[in-house]
Amino acid sequence: MSMKATLRRVDTVTVVDMSGRITLGEGCTQLRELIRDQMSKGNKHLLLNLADITYIDSSGIGELVSGFTSVSNQGGHLKLLNLTKKVHDLLQITKLYTVFDVHDDEAKAITSFAS
Amino acid sequence: MAEASVVEVVLESDLKNVEVAEEIARRVSGTAGFEEDDQHKIDMAVHETLINAIWHGNKNDPSKRVWMRFEIFSDRLEIRVRDQGNGYDPNRVANPLANENILSVSGRGIFLIRTFMDEFRVESKAGEGTEVTLVKRLSSNNTAEPRREEP
Repeated sequence: MSMKATLRRVDTVTVVDMSGRITLGEGCTQLRELIRDQMSKGNKHLLLNLADITYIDSSGIGELVSGFTSVSNQGGHLKLLNLTKKVHDLLQITKLYTVFDVHDDEAKAITSFAS
Repeated sequence: MAEASVVEVVLESDLKNVEVAEEIARRVSGTAGFEEDDQHKIDMAVHETLINAIWHGNKNDPSKRVWMRFEIFSDRLEIRVRDQGNGYDPNRVANPLANENILSVSGRGIFLIRTFMDEFRVESKAGEGTEVTLVKRLSSNNTAEPRREEP
């Protein structure tokens, strides 16, 4: 099963509801193209909802880091919402948990983009 | 002493087969008596090892194969993965936790394998590919008797 992403707009933020797998190959490519597409449209506030992500590997983590760096370098913000325990543990192990702005409440996450 | 159980499989170098290997790893680790958390760690270690074998070792060449062997012992699970690539030295991979590498896009696969497994060994021989050995020991938390598959 590859990754699926549904986009919705809340205030100035593009919320990306993601499900499936972010792994080397299709999942990583889809995420890269999605972020690139949003940046090209000027949507620089991205909130990735990972609640239904069932699997993420080292390449998927790398893709999240790449997206984070790319969005930040263009003056935007990429934040994460609703990590599963497995994704949470992976970000802790790789010391990336403190790099990303991670939220478990969507309304508060949306508000945080304004600050 | 109970006889070891062995599962061997040969896969084509296609990333789609990584999920096949994961499924086998989940079933074998469950049969070996590992609890869900450890099953996931073994599954991820196998995933990363297969990626290395197919993508980096065999360069995604469909004519090349990846051989896997799962062996269940009373106290541990041993997994061996062999590719037909040129090999690598895992000690030359940069530490992904170093400050200068934290935002690196790649280089976390072997780190995750080392983190999730109790042993990780790599043997590369010129012209013979690379063989990786992964070992996960059944800890005191995994007290379940190894399951017997229904006939």
